[in-house]
Amino acid sequence: MEKSTISTGENSSDAGTMTAPMGHQIVRYDDQVVRYFIIATAIWGFVGMLVGALIALQLPFWQANLGQYLSFGRLRPLHTNAVIFAFAGNAIFGAIYYSTQRLTKTRMFSDVMSRIHFWGWQFIIVSAAITLPLGFTTGKEYAELEWPVDILIAIIWVIFAVNFFLTLKIRREKHMYVALWFYIATIVTVAVLHIGNSLAIPVGLFKSYPIFAGVQDAFVQWWYGHNAVAFFLTTPFLGLMYYFLPKAAERPVFSYRLSIVHFWSIVFLYIWAGPHHLAYTAVPEWAVTLGMVFSIMLWMPSWGGMINGLFTLRGAWHKLRDSVVLKMYVIGITFYGMSTFEGPLLSVKTVNALSHYTDWTVGHAHAGALGWNGFMTFGMIYWLLPRLWNTKLWSPRLANTHFWVGTIGMLLYVMALYSAGVTQGLMWRAFDDAGRLVYPDFMETVIQIIPMYWVRLVGGLLYLTGMGMLGVNMIMTIRRAPEKPTDAAITVAL
Amino acid sequence: MSKFIETNGRHRTIEGWPLVFTILTVLAVLVGGTVEFLPLVLMEGNIPVISSVTPYTPLELTGRDLYIREGCVNCHSQMIRPFRDELERYGDYSKPGESVYDRPFLWGSKRTGPDLARVGGKYPDLWHVRHMEDPRSTSPNSIMPPYYWLLSRPLNLNSLERKMKGLQRLGTPYTDEEIQGAAADAEAQAQNLARNISANGGPSDLAEKEIIAMVAYLQRLGTDLKKATK
Ligand code: HEC
Ligand code: HEM
Repeated sequence: MEKSTISTGENSSDAGTMTAPMGHQIVRYDDQVVRYFIIATAIWGFVGMLVGALIALQLPFWQANLGQYLSFGRLRPLHTNAVIFAFAGNAIFGAIYYSTQRLTKTRMFSDVMSRIHFWGWQFIIVSAAITLPLGFTTGKEYAELEWPVDILIAIIWVIFAVNFFLTLKIRREKHMYVALWFYIATIVTVAVLHIGNSLAIPVGLFKSYPIFAGVQDAFVQWWYGHNAVAFFLTTPFLGLMYYFLPKAAERPVFSYRLSIVHFWSIVFLYIWAGPHHLAYTAVPEWAVTLGMVFSIMLWMPSWGGMINGLFTLRGAWHKLRDSVVLKMYVIGITFYGMSTFEGPLLSVKTVNALSHYTDWTVGHAHAGALGWNGFMTFGMIYWLLPRLWNTKLWSPRLANTHFWVGTIGMLLYVMALYSAGVTQGLMWRAFDDAGRLVYPDFMETVIQIIPMYWVRLVGGLLYLTGMGMLGVNMIMTIRRAPEKPTDAAITVAL
Repeated sequence: MSKFIETNGRHRTIEGWPLVFTILTVLAVLVGGTVEFLPLVLMEGNIPVISSVTPYTPLELTGRDLYIREGCVNCHSQMIRPFRDELERYGDYSKPGESVYDRPFLWGSKRTGPDLARVGGKYPDLWHVRHMEDPRSTSPNSIMPPYYWLLSRPLNLNSLERKMKGLQRLGTPYTDEEIQGAAADAEAQAQNLARNISANGGPSDLAEKEIIAMVAYLQRLGTDLKKATK
C-alpha cells in the first residue's frame, strides 16, 4: 500500500493581491472558464432530465406526445444527447480545466481556445436541441446529429485537444498525475470514435448516408456506442475521481500501482467489448463471442478503479458524516462498481438473450448515468461552488436533502426498470404446455409493465427535483459571492 | 513487470513524456477495433449474399427516411433473433444478407413495440394507414404515439435523385435510368397503393402524402426472403 508521491495540487487559493517574492512569478489559473462550464452543467442537466421526465411520461401516457416535433421518437435522442453531451460533457470539461491547470501548475495554454471550446460546445448543444425535434437525425444511437453538426463537433474537439496538449507541454510539474492519463485517453479516443462512426456522405443539408451498410454499419455503430460510454462517461469521470476525491477526503490515492494497471487494462480492453450489443443478431458469432470475453475481462480493471476510489477513503470514513461531497462520491463510486459488474453479466449471451431489447438495459444505463455520472458531477459541483466563488455554500442542508432525494429517486428508477425488464423478457418467451406462446399479443406484455413506467417517472421526478435543488443552491451561492471572484494563483520560481 | 509499476519505476518515466504516453494510449485503443473490424470488411464469407435481396424502390427509400426522421427505431427493432419464441412471434430469424442495402442499419436496441423486421404483408395497407393515424383504432391500449401528420404532409420526392445518386456512389446497384426515373417510379407506386387503400374504404386523397411512402416501406420489410421461396 505504497503512498502516492504525486502532487495533486495548488498551494494557495486566496491570492487576489499576492505579490511575488524575488526570483518568483505569480501564475494565475483561468477559473472563469471553469465557472462557465459548471453553470452550463447545471442548466443543461436540468433541461436534459426534464426532457427525460417528459419521455418517461409519454410511455405510460401516450397523450403526452405533443405533435410531430415533441413525440417520443424525436425526443428520446434529444434526451440522450442532452444528458450525455451537455450535462456530463460540460461537467467533465469543467473538471478537466480546473484540475489540469493545478496538476500542471500552469494556466491553460490559450484563453481564447478555452472560450471557443466553451461557446462552440454550447452552440452545438443548441443546434442539437433544434435539429433533433425537427427530425434531422442519422438514426444511430448517441450519434444522431447530422453531418454539419458532426463537423462542428470535430472542429471544437480538436481545438480542445490542442489547448489541452499544449498546456501539458508548458507544464511546470514533470510527471503527469493519473487524472491526466485518463483525460488523455478521453480526448484522443473520443476523436477517433466520433470520426470513425460519422463517416458518411451528405445527400442534403441535413441528410446523409453512412459509408457502411447493414452488418458493418451495426458493427461500427456499437464500436462507437459502447466506447462512448467508455470514453465519455467512464474515463473522464475516473480522472475526475482521481483528482477531486483525494482533495475532498484530504488523503492520497490508495494505490499508485493499481492506478497504472487498471488504467492500461481499461484503455486496452474496452474497445473490444462493443459487439456485446449485438448478441444473437446477424453479426458473425465469433465477433460477439470476442465481445463477450473482453466484456467479462473488463470487470476486473473496472473494479480496480472502484477499489482505488473507495480505499482512498480509508481512515476518512468518519468525514462522511459532515461532508455531502464525500457522500455523493461514495454513492457515485459504488454505483460505478455495480454497473461495471452488471455490464459483464449482461454480455453473457444467455443473460443477454433475456435482457436485450427490454427495459433491463435502460435500467442498467441509468444505474451508471444517475448513480455514477450524476453523483460524481454533483459532488464535484458542491466542492467547487465555494472555491470558485470565494464564499460558503448557501445551504449545506439543501445539499444534503439533494443527496437523499437523488438517491431515493435513482433507486426507484432503477428498481422499477429491472422489474419491468425481467417481467417483459420472461413474458415474451413464455410457452404453454401445448407449445404455444402464452402472450401472443405484444400489448399484453406492455400493459403488464405500465405500473413500473409510472414508478420510473416518480423516481425520475425525484432525481430532477434534486437537480433543481442544486440549481437553487448554486444561484444563491453565486448571489452572495463577491462581485468579481478572484481566480486562484500560485507562486512559482522563475 | 514490478520494475515497471513500482513507485519510481519505468512507468514513472513515461509519465514525464506526454507525447509518448499519448501515442501508447492511441495504440492500445486502436488494436481492438482494428482486429475485430478488418475481417468483417475483408472476408466476404461473413455476409453471405442473398440473391433475392434487392435495393429499395424510390418510394420505399423515401418511406425509410421518414421512418428514420420519426425515430421509430427508438421503439422498434428490426432484428429477429434465432430463438423459438421470436420465430413464433415474428417469423424467420434475420440474416446478415438481408440488410446489405440498409444505410443506416435500423436493428434497434429497444422493443417498446414489437419487432418489425418481417411486418411486410402482415396487415393490409389500410390497416397501416389507420394505425399510423391513431394506433388505438387498430390496437386497443397501444402506447404508440399517433402519426396523423403523415396523412396530411405532402410527399416530397425532390431530393430522391440526389439520395439515390449518393447511395449509388456507396455501392447500391441503382442504374442511371432508375435514378432518372425515380420520381416517376415513386409516383406510380404511390398511385397503386393509394388506389388499393381507397378501394378498401380508406381515404381517397393519400397518393401524394407521406403516409404512402411509409406504408410502402413497412409492407416491404422482410419480404425479400419470401420472394426467394416463391
Ligand atoms: C413509444 C414507442 C413507439 C414508437 C415511437 C413507435 N411505435 Fe410502433 N408500436 C409501438 C407499440 C407499443 C406497438 C404495439 C401496439 C400497436 O400495434 O400499436 C407498436 C406497433 C407497431 C406496428 C404493428 C406491428 C405488429 O406486428 O403488429 C407497426 C407497423 C408500427 N408500430 C410502426 C411504427 C412506425 C412506422 C413508427 C414510427 C413512425 C412507430 N411504430 C413508432 C410503440 C411505438
Ligand atoms: C430525471 C432523470 C432522467 C429521466 C427521467 C430519464 C428518462 C429516460 C427515458 C424515459 C429513456 C428512454 C427509455 C426507453 O426508450 O424506454 C432514457 C434513455 C436514456 N437515458 Fe435517461 N433519464 C434521466 C437521466 C439520465 C442521465 C443523467 C443520463 C446520462 C448521464 C441518461 C442517459 C440515458 C441513456 C444513455 C439512455 C438510452 C438507454 C438505452 O438505450 O438503453 N439519462 N432516459
